[in-house]
Amino acid sequence: MTALHLAKSALLAVPLWLLISSLLRFKPSWLRHLASLAAGFGVAALATLAMPPGILSYVTTFILVACIYAVLSVGLNVQWGYTGLFNIGIAAFYAIGAFTSALVTTKMPTGINASFTKQLFGLGLPFWVGVLAAGLVAGVLAWLVGKPTLKLRDDYLAIATIGIAELVRLFFQNERWLANGPQPLRGIPQPLSCLVGDGCSWLPGFVNSFFAPLAPRDYPYVYVAIVALVLYLIYRVLERAIRSPWGRALRAVREEEASAAMNGKDVAAFRMQAFVVGAVIMGLGGALYAHYVVSIDYSHFDPLYGTFLVWVMLMLGGSGNNRGAILGAFVVWAIWSGTSFVVDAIRPTLAAISPSLPARGPYLRLLFISVLLVFIVLYRPKGIVPEEKVVSLDRDT
Amino acid sequence: MSDTRPASSSTGSVRLPGRPDVDTNVPLLSIQGLTKDFGGLRAVNACSFDVAPGSITGLIGPNGAGKTTLFSLVSGFHRPDAGRVYLDGEDVTGLPSHLLFRKGLCRTFQIPREHKSMTVTENLMLVPKGQIGERFWNPVLRQGAVRAQERRLREKAREVLEFVNLDHLADQPAGAMSGGQKKLLELARTLMADPKIVLLDEPGAGVNPTLMGRIREKIEQLNRERGITFLLIEHDMPLVMGLCNPVIVMNQGSKLVEGPPSLVKSDPRVLEAYLGGQYAALDG
Repeated sequence: MTALHLAKSALLAVPLWLLISSLLRFKPSWLRHLASLAAGFGVAALATLAMPPGILSYVTTFILVACIYAVLSVGLNVQWGYTGLFNIGIAAFYAIGAFTSALVTTKMPTGINASFTKQLFGLGLPFWVGVLAAGLVAGVLAWLVGKPTLKLRDDYLAIATIGIAELVRLFFQNERWLANGPQPLRGIPQPLSCLVGDGCSWLPGFVNSFFAPLAPRDYPYVYVAIVALVLYLIYRVLERAIRSPWGRALRAVREEEASAAMNGKDVAAFRMQAFVVGAVIMGLGGALYAHYVVSIDYSHFDPLYGTFLVWVMLMLGGSGNNRGAILGAFVVWAIWSGTSFVVDAIRPTLAAISPSLPARGPYLRLLFISVLLVFIVLYRPKGIVPEEKVVSLDRDT
Repeated sequence: MSDTRPASSSTGSVRLPGRPDVDTNVPLLSIQGLTKDFGGLRAVNACSFDVAPGSITGLIGPNGAGKTTLFSLVSGFHRPDAGRVYLDGEDVTGLPSHLLFRKGLCRTFQIPREHKSMTVTENLMLVPKGQIGERFWNPVLRQGAVRAQERRLREKAREVLEFVNLDHLADQPAGAMSGGQKKLLELARTLMADPKIVLLDEPGAGVNPTLMGRIREKIEQLNRERGITFLLIEHDMPLVMGLCNPVIVMNQGSKLVEGPPSLVKSDPRVLEAYLGGQYAALDG
């Protein structure tokens, strides 16, 4: 095992540790975390040794993107899964989060770059400030959208959110002064990128030398650890909030609004809270995405990637269950990524049918995923991990 | 405040055993000239009556008389087009349901509206006001306090379930219960709230006689022991005449007659509008 293997394993151990400790239930929790960390490192080390570097890097990137989608899916779960709010404009909150974090963390372009890139803010703030700002702005947008629409019937929220999603995307496409639209906004800083570069001056030397074997192209190993931590934090906060009178009231509002009102619940206020909390999480997801891809433009936030896939993830995984939402993100992203290989593989067959077909191959992926959605709704409407019966706090604790 | 209090009705003075502090001269619920139109149809037409504190007031009348609509107006589901509603002397006209609930007014539904996929216990734990855990950040940041409150709520829910004899169903989803059990659950929910007044919309509809007897017994017990006032819509005449005093008869959106059951039963207007018609139909 080389130093490079060791560094990669240490970073990959983070998502595995969080996954394993979430699946185990025993107490005390420090022991659970310690055991999971050891197990996570073990699995990561085995994977690092067994897989060729190319495959390992693909798997890492896969986990990374799936985690970002899991954040979106968990956000939608608060709105749809627990409260029954039909938001089909996830892309709006995803985009606004991504652009907010990008605008406040990038530095204002200078010199020759200033004539190519126009943007607002450019404050050069740290990553975590950008992520928090993303959540805040997405939450404010949700409040503005929710205020006039949440009191109306469900359909109106759907119409309003789909409209807002298009509006946000077109706004970033056309307003150059804001975020360099329609050109990409470049140079979004990557947190802890110094680990894969010259070393971080604020970290002790042994940490820097431990990660020194990593080259800049190994950055996804660092970022997957960060994204997994953020996802885990969101998951823990949500689980606490959902297994409580708050989550119970949301469910009551979803199931029988009139009765919830007659039992003293301010239905409009609970719907607004769920809508804003979900949107804040989607905004955080957007920020995580922006700092991963480094350069973003309006086209990243189209209805397919920004909204439709997230819906399929939640429906497949199990709406009303955070674990289901996360699992769904991984499964659907695997299917979505896998279908691109399938489409490549059947390219000759398509060409044999008609010469123009291979070029249209990518649309087959849409067909696959849509058929999958139909099958979920028909045969597994509750998803892989259905909603739990009891959401109140456990009896024994 | 006193000038906003509506004039008291002479019909509703009922002595409350063990609760001498209650001023029975001020009606707990006062409905004055309530009117509601649905399109061209006037469902409730300048309806006025009082409900005395500590009473079990019956509300009867033919189908379409506007009884349930009146409940919806009083409980904040619809806004009245005209008229006022006073709760304990306070003008509560047009207040939304959840605020009325906080002021001590509970309402059950003709067709039970339980939260189907939630357990019976959770249906009850949902109800009480002042739950700190209903604020998003409290379960996250103050889990200890929320847990302590949840324990108390669970204990209270257990007591209420025992009271209505549903304790064996505590962990079942509410949607899996029978129709009569759902009616009991509706009643149990109001008990979680410690209400001043409960509006019961046909608590006996679709309930077998044994269960009906139990519901009736519980209503009387709550009224006697806890001083809860009931206003109930019911079509089961023996039940109404045995349980309620006074009885208010509604017809075509307004009050027709009000009085003790013995008088209402023999009132010629009531016989013609409601009872007579019903019995005549049975006879003929």
